[in-house]
Amino acid sequence: MSLIKYNDRSLRNLTTTPAAVTGNSPGALVHIKTLTASSSASLTFVHGSSDVVLDSTYPIYKFEFINLNPASDDKKFQVNFRDGGTNYDATKTTTNFFAFNREGSGDPGFSYSTGNDLAQSTAVQVISESAGNGADESVSGEMTLFNPSSTTFVKHFMSRTNTYYTSDISYDVYVAGYCNVTAAIDGVQFTFESGGNFDGTIKLYGIKDS
Amino acid sequence: MTLPANKIITINDRGARAATTFGSLSAGGGNMVFIKKLTASSDSNLTFHNGVSSVVLDSTYKEYLFTFKNIHPSAESDLLFQANAVGASGFNETITSTFFRAYHNEAGNDTTLAYVAGLDQAQGTGFSTLTDGIGSSSGTVNNDDNASGYLRLFNPSSTTFVKHFMGITNQQNPAVYSVNNYFAGYFNTTSAIDEIQFKMASGNIDAGDICLYGIL
Repeated sequence: MSLIKYNDRSLRNLTTTPAAVTGNSPGALVHIKTLTASSSASLTFVHGSSDVVLDSTYPIYKFEFINLNPASDDKKFQVNFRDGGTNYDATKTTTNFFAFNREGSGDPGFSYSTGNDLAQSTAVQVISESAGNGADESVSGEMTLFNPSSTTFVKHFMSRTNTYYTSDISYDVYVAGYCNVTAAIDGVQFTFESGGNFDGTIKLYGIKDS
Repeated sequence: MTLPANKIITINDRGARAATTFGSLSAGGGNMVFIKKLTASSDSNLTFHNGVSSVVLDSTYKEYLFTFKNIHPSAESDLLFQANAVGASGFNETITSTFFRAYHNEAGNDTTLAYVAGLDQAQGTGFSTLTDGIGSSSGTVNNDDNASGYLRLFNPSSTTFVKHFMGITNQQNPAVYSVNNYFAGYFNTTSAIDEIQFKMASGNIDAGDICLYGIL
């Protein structure tokens, strides 16, 4: 058996491992991109831009929202999708419901959120309740987007976020629906309502199917 | 032991293979491991059976995740699932489950958030509902109609506990609604589960992928 000479740097810099290490099954949840907002008006993931992958490479994509803190009080976090061209205006039909509980008196609730859903609308989709802008107040959660590159099917998405509501309420917000288009979705944009700036982190992952 | 970056280390191929860490990559390569993808093509069902066609559905993982991508029926129908205990057949394990959903129609004049009594089970042995009817009006299905979502199955190999499951799907249903389904429950058996089958209530699964993952 021939000897191969490595130095420590060459081992550290390896980007793939032998089957013996990974069992031929490397992790199926692949980190693609982290965007960090710092008084930003939006965070946008566009396929092919800044190393973002949002095409047929993965059948399912997952976004994670970590401590999104709006600059102005009482603002909802929202999403929209690009289905060709440069505008984020894909037609969507969605549902929105929530559970909540107050810090002080309790008084919990569970309800459909009429007014925060969409019916064949190109408008932004709200995916949180109105967040406070206190130093410890924010929105966190996740959103899954299914097969955005399909040119056959509508594009389902579903999200769950928890909001530190402006008046000290925990809101658990569930949103789902579909972009009712057969064009591929190649960009996803996150904003707070009224174009307000925000801080925080959004991570994009791809889920492998092979 | 920390070595200088340029220190030459002489190892043979067996030595490299035997290493357990490389750079920043750790053994295992991640906590979510792809196991198997089944792609429907006018199939009556898609079935994952431990030990068959490279499927792992045993004590290797404590949790399994099934993902549904663009499940498209041959005609308007519900997506269902059931299980077999090890050595059993018939897909008739006893299930107690819940089902609730939110929906909103494309016309924008009908919404709901409600428990759906007809889609749960109480010690039933039938197939459990993952979606209500996928499709369009009059029992037809358009080319772009489909459902996507996921199902989590916990510790199917346990011979002590019942086997919990939970999941979420989103679908288009007849009369053009977006329907967001939430379901959970358990196979009320202490026998190990090693086979899961997905099918439509009637007709075939024309297209779509179901992937199985193990969660470390």
